Amino acid sequence: MSRIAVWLPLAVFAVLVGFFFKGLTLDPREQPSALIGQPVPEFQLTDLNTGQPLSREQLPQQPFLLNVWASWCITCQVEHPYLTQLSQRMPVVGLNYKDTETAARNWLQKLGDPYAVQIFDPTGRLGLDLGVAGAPETFLVDGRGVIQARIQGEVNQRVFERQIQPLLETVQ
Amino acid sequence: MMKSVLKAGLIAWLMSVAMVTHGAIETYQFDSPEQEERFRQLGFELRCPKCQNQAIGDSDAEISGDLRAEVYRLIKEGATDEEIKEFMVARYGRYVLYSPPLDRQTLILWFGPAGLLVIGGIVVALRIRRSKQALERGESNA
Repeated sequence: MSRIAVWLPLAVFAVLVGFFFKGLTLDPREQPSALIGQPVPEFQLTDLNTGQPLSREQLPQQPFLLNVWASWCITCQVEHPYLTQLSQRMPVVGLNYKDTETAARNWLQKLGDPYAVQIFDPTGRLGLDLGVAGAPETFLVDGRGVIQARIQGEVNQRVFERQIQPLLETVQ
Repeated sequence: MMKSVLKAGLIAWLMSVAMVTHGAIETYQFDSPEQEERFRQLGFELRCPKCQNQAIGDSDAEISGDLRAEVYRLIKEGATDEEIKEFMVARYGRYVLYSPPLDRQTLILWFGPAGLLVIGGIVVALRIRRSKQALERGESNA
């Protein structure tokens, strides 16, 4: 008994250290998406560039990135060059979130338009169905239209290599 | 003189800006006081997905406004509180619930603190008993 009693505080301490250590690498802003493993929600919106109706069926039939952005979003500008680069490797579908048509078009004209399709969602309806809390967010969707990953915030090379590439190998 | 005029102008401008933001408070029309009460209650129970610790009824974040509008729409459409919460969980995950339901995943959350208290109590009781016994032995030995 006394031997256990001596080591018990140390054991408790070790467990606490373990929790705190894990906590150091956790980002409380990063939440698991409720939509992982779910198909992209249905939507009836328009294409920002053509004004034509757009629905889920018109999305790429191969793995693609669904990037939620807006012209008012600073981080979206930051990640834009990298997304442009990525669009050489796989389709990037844009979801223009709670924006105005003019501002969004100007933004694309200024910075370039790497998007395969541009969904125009001025009210944030599809964003809400996707569980989007704010721009930018990026979803990896597989060839069957099922969401495989969600990245909140900027997509860059590090994020891509850690969170997207490993999954890409399994879905392809 | 010029300076003070500028200052006064600036203050007046700031005040008018403050008034404008204040005026932006959304107004929702409800069919009954019960609906309004449910809206208020759900505003407390649903958590803003963007902010770390604010309810949607208490947050200025854009997304909170959107979710309030959604709660309002669902209430008007006749959804029950449970249906509204399920709607939110399906999109934003369990995170949006301030009061998580009791199940296997949340067991430790609900009973962890009480469990620790009980364990602590048992340890203290055992120690008291042991020292008492030791004391009694010591006395009988003497």
